[in-house]
Amino acid sequence: MVRILVPSGALGLGYDAAALDRAVAAGPDLIAIDGGSTDSGPSYLGRGVSKYARESTKAEWRGLIEARAKAGCPLVIGTAGTCGTDSTVDWLYDITVEVLAELGQSARIARLYCEQDPADIAQRPLTPLSGAPAIDPEDVAGCSHIVALAGAEQVNAALQTGADIVIAGRTTDTAIIAALPIARGCDAGAAWHGAKIGECGALCATNPQSGVILVDFDDTGFTITPMADGARATPHTVSAHMLYENSDPFILYEPGGHLDVTGARYTALDDRRVRVEGSAWVPSETYSVKLEGARVAGYQTLVMAILRDAHYVANIDHWCADILARHRQKVTERMGLVPDTWHADLRVIGQNANLGPLETRRGQPVELGVMAILTAADQVTANTLGKLMNPYLLHHPLTRDEEQPTFAFPFSPAEIDRGPAYEFVLHHVMNLADPMDAFRLEVTDA
Amino acid sequence: MPELGQIVQKVRSKNAGPFWLTIDIFCGTQEAFAKVSNAISTEQVAALFRADPAVVKRFDIADLNVVKFSLPRPTIQGARDDRDMHGAGWAALLAELDLP
Repeated sequence: MVRILVPSGALGLGYDAAALDRAVAAGPDLIAIDGGSTDSGPSYLGRGVSKYARESTKAEWRGLIEARAKAGCPLVIGTAGTCGTDSTVDWLYDITVEVLAELGQSARIARLYCEQDPADIAQRPLTPLSGAPAIDPEDVAGCSHIVALAGAEQVNAALQTGADIVIAGRTTDTAIIAALPIARGCDAGAAWHGAKIGECGALCATNPQSGVILVDFDDTGFTITPMADGARATPHTVSAHMLYENSDPFILYEPGGHLDVTGARYTALDDRRVRVEGSAWVPSETYSVKLEGARVAGYQTLVMAILRDAHYVANIDHWCADILARHRQKVTERMGLVPDTWHADLRVIGQNANLGPLETRRGQPVELGVMAILTAADQVTANTLGKLMNPYLLHHPLTRDEEQPTFAFPFSPAEIDRGPAYEFVLHHVMNLADPMDAFRLEVTDA
Repeated sequence: MPELGQIVQKVRSKNAGPFWLTIDIFCGTQEAFAKVSNAISTEQVAALFRADPAVVKRFDIADLNVVKFSLPRPTIQGARDDRDMHGAGWAALLAELDLP
């Protein structure tokens, strides 16, 4: 039996300290936590930085380093620092060394690097996944960061260095949990299925915010036990987690094969633990890893105005269309920009800013926010586009003969420079002859 | 005509990676599941998102009383025309669907 402790869905989300103590006392073989995913958007990967504050990360990581020492087992983080670039692996490594020094502890640390050279990836044959954007080598080479998602093989290579702490770059959410059970000969279908159920911590149970769960793996299945006071896992909460952020609730692709849970049986062992058996692991003929990349799509400046005048609220579509046309003309005249090199958008908050053209409802709002988004190839140009937009958002009348209106600007200056806006580029897989071909390990004793 | 959101427990939409959107309709009861499963067509859901029905995946999961739809994201997450980084707002389109 292999017992994996998952403290929460991600480092930075918090966990129940009392539940963690109980889980440590239960004797885990490994503590596994995720550091992030693509869910917060392309900017983190594009810049190679963490979404969470260093202070939050350090406070929670410190608690897990202490738990690891008490439990006497390895601690593994996957997708360190939200995006799992080399820079965020090193960022968390620095925090780790700092915490160990403060605690007076020593530990062997393995860093698993997953970052790829964009120029090299641009030359390789890649296979697009369903829904992938069309790419050319130039798009790929232009990425600021590309990572390959490590699977169980690479996480195990890191564990086999005898590391007490593994700081992994981008991994699949499941690999950090599945790796040890697979290495110890547990059923592979159970290992991947249990890992998927456990990857968000207590999200597969009641009281999801409590975080801490144990997943026990063996030859025939796995058992989920939530550790917070009053938290319960039921066949429903456990099986429903296969739906979560998953386009197919029965199939999950991983490096080296896929998980099929069509035949899985979920059984309540008591009022808080669930046993799962019957999941299948189907190995693939070739070993491939998924790639994620992000590049700068442009630089943006925002300008916001709030319209409280009922006449303008009622005629907002006309007002916006008129402003966009006049702004376009002024940009051409005064800046000499050609159409495809810049973009202006007005999002009407209170009307359809969330759903855009797909919105089916129309209400009668008291006020509307208008958010202008100006995009250009550099920040100075985007800011200039914003400055040309400013007088319209402040004073543009619906008709020539009405008194000049003035709308609410919440800020001075009205233009807010957003910096580079990134976009995801890759949704592709790359074949590897050996799982470690695209990955590097560095081991240090701190 | 009730709205779908009024007869089910919850409608949730989430990213399934940057390029896919997945929508889970938690019906809550067998009765609501049967009603939703029969009343909603894949074509209807595709039309809400102006998507090709052929690319919409559908799962009617009786064990969970869940009807799930997955489709390529209407806009790629974080792209210039994207309006909702986590994709949670799209659930409203289904929740507000009128049932016969």
